[in-house]
Amino acid sequence: MNKYTPVIGLEVHVELKTKSKMFCGCSADYFGQKPNTHTCPVCLGLPGALPVPNKKAIEWCIMIGQALNCTIPLFSKFDRKNYFYPDLAKGYQISQYDKPFCINGFVEIKGVKLNHPEGVNLSSKKKVRITRVHMEEDTGKLIHETINGEKVSLIDFNRSGVPLVEIVTEPDFDNAEDVKEYLQKLQQIVRYLDVSNADMERGDMRLEPNISLRKTHPSPSSSPSGRGQGEGNWELPNYKVEVKNINSFNFVSKAIDFEIKRQTEILDKGETPAQETRGFVESSSSTVSQRSKEDAQDYRYFPEPDIPPLRWTQNYIDGLKKSMPELPSIKRDRFEQEYALSSYDSEILTREKSLADYFENAVIDGKKVNVSSKQIANHIINKKPNIEEILPAQLVQNIIKSSQVAGVDEEKLNEVIEKAIKDNPKAVEDYKKGHENVIMFLVGQVMRSFTQRVDADKIKASLLAKLK
Amino acid sequence: MLNKLTIKQAREGLKNKDFSSVELTKACLDRIRQTDEKLNVFVTLTENEALKNAEAADKILAFQGDSLEAKPLLGIPIAVKDNFSTLGIRTTASANVLDDYIPPFDSTVVKKLKEAGMVLLGKTNMDAWAHGSSTETSDYGPTRNPWNTDYLPGGSSGGSAASVAANQTIAAIGSETAGSIRQPASWCGVVGLKPTYGRVSRYGVVAMGSSLDSPGPITKTVEDSALILEVLAGKDGMDATTSPLPISKYASKLNLDIKNLVIGISDEYFTGVDEEVSVAVKHAIEKLEKMGAKIERIKLFDPKYAIDVYTIIQRSEVSSNLARYDGIRYGNDRSYFGEEAKRRIIFGTHALSSGYYDQYYNKASQVRSVIIEDFKKAFQKVNVIIAPTSPSLALPVGSTKDTAMFGELADVLVEPSSIAGLSGINIPVGFSKSGLPIGMQIIGPQFAEEIVIQTAHKYEIETSNEDWRQNEPNLT
Repeated sequence: MNKYTPVIGLEVHVELKTKSKMFCGCSADYFGQKPNTHTCPVCLGLPGALPVPNKKAIEWCIMIGQALNCTIPLFSKFDRKNYFYPDLAKGYQISQYDKPFCINGFVEIKGVKLNHPEGVNLSSKKKVRITRVHMEEDTGKLIHETINGEKVSLIDFNRSGVPLVEIVTEPDFDNAEDVKEYLQKLQQIVRYLDVSNADMERGDMRLEPNISLRKTHPSPSSSPSGRGQGEGNWELPNYKVEVKNINSFNFVSKAIDFEIKRQTEILDKGETPAQETRGFVESSSSTVSQRSKEDAQDYRYFPEPDIPPLRWTQNYIDGLKKSMPELPSIKRDRFEQEYALSSYDSEILTREKSLADYFENAVIDGKKVNVSSKQIANHIINKKPNIEEILPAQLVQNIIKSSQVAGVDEEKLNEVIEKAIKDNPKAVEDYKKGHENVIMFLVGQVMRSFTQRVDADKIKASLLAKLK
Repeated sequence: MLNKLTIKQAREGLKNKDFSSVELTKACLDRIRQTDEKLNVFVTLTENEALKNAEAADKILAFQGDSLEAKPLLGIPIAVKDNFSTLGIRTTASANVLDDYIPPFDSTVVKKLKEAGMVLLGKTNMDAWAHGSSTETSDYGPTRNPWNTDYLPGGSSGGSAASVAANQTIAAIGSETAGSIRQPASWCGVVGLKPTYGRVSRYGVVAMGSSLDSPGPITKTVEDSALILEVLAGKDGMDATTSPLPISKYASKLNLDIKNLVIGISDEYFTGVDEEVSVAVKHAIEKLEKMGAKIERIKLFDPKYAIDVYTIIQRSEVSSNLARYDGIRYGNDRSYFGEEAKRRIIFGTHALSSGYYDQYYNKASQVRSVIIEDFKKAFQKVNVIIAPTSPSLALPVGSTKDTAMFGELADVLVEPSSIAGLSGINIPVGFSKSGLPIGMQIIGPQFAEEIVIQTAHKYEIETSNEDWRQNEPNLT
């Protein structure tokens, strides 16, 4: 039984793909551009420059919050977060402190079924509580190089001022797999909304987990999150470690698992891990200390005087919600109902919005020529057609062709199959021994007996049935 | 002497071809050459630029008769405070940190002045970063008061005020955070208009107190101020704090039926004020009463309480606004900050820091709301409030040495209206026995520049024959 249970909260930053930056008209499309070519007095922090908020970015932030079941308070404001760093042009970041755009939401994930050390039956769906979703601006980028033998730091301000949405969860996670599932869900939602590419490798989705361990408690199911985390008797550990620089999904588990192991060793010694920020090192899949969070930075937050507070009407907020596309979980449930699909098939078809839309267009075309949604689903899932090249109507035609080809006499088919089995005892034996791809040889043998094209899948299915 | 003209007179003269813009500009440049070694008004004199502007103006004047409608400041020489960004022209805010800073853009105010056809004479001296009420804390030495060069012109727009008083320029532009237009205008005996916060764009003005800074005109007459306000006022897409409320044709609406005017007088604004100043302002108010205005005694929040509120909010915002001057992208690094700037940065940082935010910044913001309400209540009973602008006459050079809060104390009578974002104007009402100007302020509700200007204009024209108006500074 595990002595310790991980307590993990996540801070995810999503970079919005608006045309302009958060507070000025410069292009926000900075990736791969020549340094310092997307700048102006505002994002360079020149004397006298002033921020003017990007309305679209704010609307997108609110929609992200609504997609995460958040409450949208009708009053909100920006605040200044003051600190010094060369990539922070103004010496402060415009962010949100105590009145963020969205609060108190949640996301449901399937959750990994562990052999739970605390041994109690847990609900099959996990609820991850979203504390807040707010807007801020990105900083410039520091690049360390050696030029003419001299070590220099160069600053590129193209990224300075690009809109960032920060999504913070309660410490409701206790394992790396759930964290990954949450991230995938978040990425899916944000891509469905078409507000961000949410690509970890390109830096438009960044993860900073806060990780600590607490002593495992006997009965977790009565805790607020149902998983043994949260308030009251469920005391949070008296320290937490923030991990930065996790740049891909692959590294998420590695970083978290390393941290859990590292902290376990310290706790086993009877010591408390230091409250600090650590950076993930890809080459060694480990984390190293970056700076102490002991003397937590005093950001001297105060309301941003250059931007009047924002006051929404309920009508406006409701309007934004209505304008959102159908979200993944809703679409998945609807597909199951409407198209009588299995939850597994439904999941695959709704993984990406483009595929889901394609499927539904194909269903409409299919209805006209009696091709069922089930046929279309199977075809897409099994054959994985290139949906960018094949139009839905064309796909439907392809399905018709291949099933027409299966207009061969059932009896004749059975005869030929039995004969193929009889004539190829070695192949059958090999297959039974576990060489599964031998089946295709048998399929080929069957097909040779027919002059017209016969549906290989149908043959294969019948063969398999007979070989059992 | 063409440099002594007002905007109105200069426009007439240019229209009637009595003289050219080049002649007008040369007259100003001559006067500057004559007097600026003593006065130290200009941080950057843009002589060539000015003459080029003037030549261009003369060309337009020659061919387009009605050009003065579209370009109300065509060919008029103007001096601009050095905290307004000017494209390609050095902008220092009188601070060594920005000694060699050349902005790649124009502030909105300068852009509008250019569109109106102005001739830019140069950038005027100020308290470094606008941190002051004397222009003595400029990193380039103090500007002198034209009426007595052993005295200070007030601040922080001291250079602009002195320039107008000395007739180096036809008009000037200043900015006010709390008093920085009205107070130097008072000490220099000229008109200084502080518009409502949000009436004129702050884009491109080196930020001091972001919730307070108000750019505005410093001129020889009230009508001139109204003219410039018409050019500058309005919503700006580059400044989210500018108001979408419509602007007025201020210069065409100068007339007031004074019998409908109710003037509020508060005793709190006369305590701690120099006897001479107090008497002069009271006389001025009596004259307005004789002209038909109603005087109503009102009780206002004692202005001394506004000092702490203003000091905390302003210095907090200053500490944040000065954070960008790291010397990496432009200018010199932080080691170039002067004493006063450092003082304010440290104070402001402390007022915002964890554990202190609630008792300082937060509390000051709450009291700010109380002051705003106090004025709102008063303006339900009166149209304008009149009081002395400054508790004293101009002070001698050296007065600000070793006084940690000189600025905030000297501006006690203007801080409450600044904190509340109101509009106010200073007009000269006479001179002291020692020959120094005395000023009076007229304060109105937010966005009520019309009534403030009208009251001031009425006073000015009704007293236009008073002897003291013939006084001229002795500078040669």
